[in-house]
Amino acid sequence: MVGRPVTSRDLVLGRLRAALAADDAAAAPVDVPRDYRQAAAVDLDQLAQRLTDYRAHVHRVAEAAVADTIADLLPDGGTVVVPPGLPRAWLPPTVTALPDDGLDHARIGAADAVVTAAAVAIAQTGTVVLDASPDQGRRVLSLLPDRHVCVVRADQVVATVPEALARLTPHRPLTWISGPSATSDIELIRVEGVHGPRQLHVILLP
Amino acid sequence: MTRRTFLGMPATTPPVTAPAGVGHLRGEESFPTAARRSLADPQLRRNLRHATTTIRAKSAGVIAEQSDWEQLRTAGAAIKADTLRRLPDLLEQLEEKVTAAGGVVHWAADAVEANRIVTDLVRATGADRVIKVKSMATQEIGLNEALEAAGITAVETDLAELIVQFGDDRPSHILVPAIHRNRAEIREIFLREMPGVDPALTDDPAALAAAARRFLRETFLSTPVAVSGANFAVVETGTLAVVESEGNGRMCLTVPETLITVMGVEKLVPTWRDLEVFLQLLPRASTGERMNPYTSMWTGVTPGDGPQTFHLVLLDNGRSAVLADEVGRQALRCIRCSACLNVCPVYERAGGHAYGSVYPGPIGAVLSPQLTGIEDNASLPYASTLCGACYDACPVKINIPELLVHLRAEAVESRPRPTAESIAMAAAAYTMDRPRLYAAGQRAARLSRLVGRRGRGLPPPLNGWTASRDLPDPPAQTFREWWADR
Repeated sequence: MVGRPVTSRDLVLGRLRAALAADDAAAAPVDVPRDYRQAAAVDLDQLAQRLTDYRAHVHRVAEAAVADTIADLLPDGGTVVVPPGLPRAWLPPTVTALPDDGLDHARIGAADAVVTAAAVAIAQTGTVVLDASPDQGRRVLSLLPDRHVCVVRADQVVATVPEALARLTPHRPLTWISGPSATSDIELIRVEGVHGPRQLHVILLP
Repeated sequence: MTRRTFLGMPATTPPVTAPAGVGHLRGEESFPTAARRSLADPQLRRNLRHATTTIRAKSAGVIAEQSDWEQLRTAGAAIKADTLRRLPDLLEQLEEKVTAAGGVVHWAADAVEANRIVTDLVRATGADRVIKVKSMATQEIGLNEALEAAGITAVETDLAELIVQFGDDRPSHILVPAIHRNRAEIREIFLREMPGVDPALTDDPAALAAAARRFLRETFLSTPVAVSGANFAVVETGTLAVVESEGNGRMCLTVPETLITVMGVEKLVPTWRDLEVFLQLLPRASTGERMNPYTSMWTGVTPGDGPQTFHLVLLDNGRSAVLADEVGRQALRCIRCSACLNVCPVYERAGGHAYGSVYPGPIGAVLSPQLTGIEDNASLPYASTLCGACYDACPVKINIPELLVHLRAEAVESRPRPTAESIAMAAAAYTMDRPRLYAAGQRAARLSRLVGRRGRGLPPPLNGWTASRDLPDPPAQTFREWWADR
């Protein structure tokens, strides 16, 4: 090492290696027991109940009724941010679509709602996960509008967190959403609606 | 400390603790002095009791739903123990994955270096303001002060952090930094400090949250640089995860052009699959939810989505010294859930500020003294009754009582001169080794029945022991006398 400048990388790794080198036990492999629950039967009622428990609104309709459901949620002429791959049949004629062709933040934030699909939903925790696929769009689309309408197909629902991770692709940007934006920072009382969408509607298809 | 040297280990690499004079790991006064003041504040005690009682009940409810909770705790502890054992190699692998995904990795030996790295990175963007998502690591190193000294404004965006920042206050809880404030106090702080606040603001928590939303929205959209911490970094994929509630984390991780993440070196998990354990443990132990409202995961840079420049700063700042202690290193498993604070009878009464460090409560009492060296936080291992509630609550099974006792021994050893305690302990050991002397001592103690009145306590220098404890009356007959008589 003499004569060579020691980088912080070398320094930190050297300290960590020295910390472990003094200890024979540190070299012994650690066995990770994974006898916790991996999978369970999917229960759509449980998903609906747990989403509702955290103040999301759940609508269980057939795919043909998605547009009517959304029409009921939004004012006539309301603006809706639309990811590039979203099925257009989901949008009612009563709203004004804002297709994401590089919308700026101001326009996204001023929209009445965003409609997305989902990648996975987890029944036991009441969670929907977005992975930025074309029918969900870039992350900011589901962040700035005040309402998020998320359409989930029954075959996207799993029971447990381990099952969800197994279905997801780590290299995609992932957003796990369990109810609308919330805080418990004031006296630990849960208040819905801080910086993200203040309303979350999940349309659950059979 | 339990450290052994071995052949080939350079004599010049003693454990290096976090430097003094920077960051927030050391209090200005000892725990008993600070705690005495907070104990005299009835409002603070009411706020704390209310908050910790609420969260204990919520957490117990969702943990009861999870029938495999104990298996998850065991798995979580094992994954973290495995990570620590292989930490240097895993860090090198993480660096490789993050770099391959378009991120830039920096290494910071201590708080001074981490602050300099972040300040230089912000300066290079030309920005004079950053938005921040709550991060224990950046509080630990005093990043906001360092940025301010460089003319850069750091805006805390977590509601509780905003309350603390506006109130010119210090955080008092890992998860809920403003836990010591009630709604009326928060309303007053907002009315006094928040630019453009509605003067008709009520103390309804929903109204207070809405005020923060309005105030911060423009800041989120107009600030080009964000600074975050990280809850987890997945080695095999290079993925980082931030767990939050309000959406301020998503704002910081999505809207700006540049993202700088500061993370302690211990935050790794080896595999993608390991997240399945921690994403079940953390929300239930922490906020008492089945899942927190938002979790963001990102891997390097994604073209067209989110920040296009990503820096990851890996922070040592004393962690290598903690790792060097075979007993103490389990404190590095901590996932900052704060369950141990919420169940601790000492925390509930003394509050977070009494611990001096940004890490309060039981985990702070074992982590802070190890990060700084015991000399600088010598009173913290005593800030506990050793009741063990923290160990039972810990989702990664950190044996905090064991660590407290371990560090107390270290605190006694580290004192330069003999103290009343060390003399007393040495005398006790000597006497107990000599039965006749011990019997004589017990008879002598009985004489104090004639002179001492109950509740008066011991004379100096032993009065420290009886300042907070009643001295029991010595019995009329010792056990050994009773045994001999029967």
